[in-house]
Parts: sequence; C-alpha cells; structure tokens
Amino acid sequence: MINKIVQTMAEALAGIKDGSTVLIGGFGSVGQPDALIEALIETGVKDLTIALNNAGSGRVGVAKLMDNGCVRKIICSFPRSSDPVVFETLYREGKLELEITPQGTLAERIRAAAAGIPAFFTATGAGTLLARGKESRVIDGREYILETALKADVALVEAWQADRWGNLVYRGSGANFNPTMAAAAELTVAQVQHIVELGDLHPHMVGTPGVYVNRVIQVDRGEPWTKPEEA
Amino acid sequence: MTPFTRDQMAHRAADDIPEGWCVNLGIGIPTLVANHVPNTREVIFQSENGVIGMGPAPAKGTENVWNINAGKQLITLVKGASFVGHADSFAMIRGGHIDLCVLGGFEVAENGDLANWATGENDTAPAVGGAMDLAAGAKRLWVIMDHTTKDGRPKLLEKCVYPLTGLKCVTRVYTNLATIDVVDGKGFVVRDMAPGLTFDELQAKTAAKLHQAH
Repeated sequence: MINKIVQTMAEALAGIKDGSTVLIGGFGSVGQPDALIEALIETGVKDLTIALNNAGSGRVGVAKLMDNGCVRKIICSFPRSSDPVVFETLYREGKLELEITPQGTLAERIRAAAAGIPAFFTATGAGTLLARGKESRVIDGREYILETALKADVALVEAWQADRWGNLVYRGSGANFNPTMAAAAELTVAQVQHIVELGDLHPHMVGTPGVYVNRVIQVDRGEPWTKPEEA
Repeated sequence: MTPFTRDQMAHRAADDIPEGWCVNLGIGIPTLVANHVPNTREVIFQSENGVIGMGPAPAKGTENVWNINAGKQLITLVKGASFVGHADSFAMIRGGHIDLCVLGGFEVAENGDLANWATGENDTAPAVGGAMDLAAGAKRLWVIMDHTTKDGRPKLLEKCVYPLTGLKCVTRVYTNLATIDVVDGKGFVVRDMAPGLTFDELQAKTAAKLHQAH
C-alpha cells in the first residue's frame, strides 16, 4: 500500500543535509509552507541555497530561517518585500549571497528542471544587467539569453488537500509556485490542511499528482495572513 | 495649467483598452486602471501569481484571503475567472498571450527602452519581480508615470540612465502632462496634453525630441 502521510515533522524533514538546495512554495502568505519552514529551522541545517519569490518579511518564516543562519544563498525575484529587515541586514553584512532572477525565469527554470530540460533560451532579461555572463543568441531576428534549469534537493510546498498517494489540491491563488516546485526536487514534502481518503479527490482537481510528492504532513494552518507588498 | 491626477492618468489609459483584451496591471497607478474600465466593457485582468479574471477589491466583510494579486492585495474574481500556477501564468506572459501590460516607470527612452526596476548598478538589493517578463512578453506595454521626477528632472529621455528592464518595449506613455506614443523610427509623438499646457512647455520638461501628432 502506498502511504506518503507522515505524522511528525522529524519524519517529514528527515535526511535534509547541510548545503542542500531547497525550493519554497508560496506567494506572499498564500500557499506558503510555514510549518515546514519552522520545523526546518529546528533541524539546525546549515548552508542552504533557497529559491522562492520573496526574501521573507519581518522575523518569521523564511526571514527566521535566514536569521538563524541556515541560509547561504537565496535565489529570488523580489527581495524587497514588506519589512525585509533580516534579508537586508544579512545582505549588507555580506552574509547572504543573492541571485536575482526575473519571476517568470525563476518559474521556468524550475519547470525546466522538472521536465528534464537542462537550459532554455528566453527573451526576458536580454540586453539588461541580468544577462551578464549568460550566453546569448539571435533567433529569428530577436535576442535571447540562455538560462539554466534550477534543480533542487528538496521542495517544501503547501496545499489544501492531499490523499495517501500524495495527490495535492490547491486552493484559490495558493497554487502559485507550488505545483512547479513539487515536480522539480529529489525530495518533495507537502504541508496540507486536510487529508482525505484515496478516491475522494476529483481527478480534474488534482493540481500535483502524487508521483511528484514523497511525504505529506497534515497541519492546521488556518487562513493565510495577508499583508500587501510590492511584487 | 493643471496636471492630470493619478486617477485621471489611469482613466485615460482605461479609455484606450478595447473590449476583449487580456491585461496585466503593474503595482501603483497602473492598478487603478481597472477601476476605470466600465462594467459594460469586458476586459480580462491577469495577475502574474496565476489569477485570470481578477475583479475589484472585495467589499468589507466579503474578503477571501486565498485570493490575492501580484501586489499581495485581496481581490475578487469575476465570472469566468480561472487559476493557474506560476509556470503557466508566466508562460502566458512570456508566450505573447497578454494583449497589454501597464507598468510604472523610472525612465522611458525614445526608442521604447524602459527602466523601472533598479536605480543604479550599486543598488543594494535590486528587485525585478515580473517586470522583465512582462516587458519582453506582452504584446503592448504602456507606462503610466509622472512626466518628471519630484525634483523636476525629465523621465522621458533619448537614452535611459538607469538599468534597463526591457529594450524597445514601451509603445505608449501616459504622464501627468501628456499622452505620448513611442513610434518605431520616429520617437515620442504627443497625442494629447494637459489643459493649458503648450507644446513648447512640454518639450522643455522632456529630454528628447517630441513630435506633434498629425
């Protein structure tokens, strides 16, 4: 019997090593696996490279992960989210490496990794500072730059429902980076609000087939908090 | 002379959006554009976090905290709306399926170059978000911004000084003083101006040659 549901955070995060590359889902607070992030901090893991859209806010969640010295490098599109105090301090002090990636390129690099595509050409960023050091090529009269796939050791995602096969259903705008990230890591761990019986998820509603998911843990997260910020 | 207000700038842009377009609005004044498209005209607003068919802000007491836009503000959905993930949302943007993107700007050059993401090479932590994807991928890019900086320096230039977001991508600029088309091979062509403003006065606030529309 396939059963990916685990009962404890220790089981959910077992085997995550220092120096891992970790994809973290969510956009703002919606779809953010905050209980997994809290538990990851507790493991005391170090030297992570994390990839996500923003660089954390205040002193909770991803900001706390960085504040606790778990992160060596962050790959994101918009580090200036609301109240990015931890990011700015660490970045200014040279304790955090930053790789800025346009949001769509970030999503596509992760999608490419999921689909076994090592690199791709895109017009996004061509001719800008973010094209520095990247191969460029003119195709049909337009300039494109080469971006590489972003493969990860671990993906931490959040969903509304799951079954024991690891099939995931998202809610509202909570899919965002989650389905793409879930498919691009060696180890994908999903934090979900509800576990349902196998067969109870309508096949059309499944946003991430369980094939991509290794472990599922149920967490009563409640409603996302929302705090407007620039994106 | 009375400059256009933020809402008037947004209203002028909204007036130029025809029924049927799929439109992505940037943060700031561009977000206001949605408020000025009348209900009788069906325009589909896309938000890059995977919302297609975004409606106005929710009335107090009816908020659904699962539904947010790219600025992380609460939104409503219109009939016919759909959700996708980020990879699909940006495939829509980068693949040329967005009819129009409206963004704010630091600078626009007469060849259509846009600078709106970083204010210098030594910017401590530049933040690009989806701006470069939109600049490269949308079918049309309109910019809404003040005509000059707060201290009076022109923002419409022969060549951008700040780092570029996209090359030759801007097709129209709505400022607090004028509406200006960016025409390939010609440059800035003035469509209309704030009441009481003369062409020479507008030229004096612009660091590139302006052309009269005929």
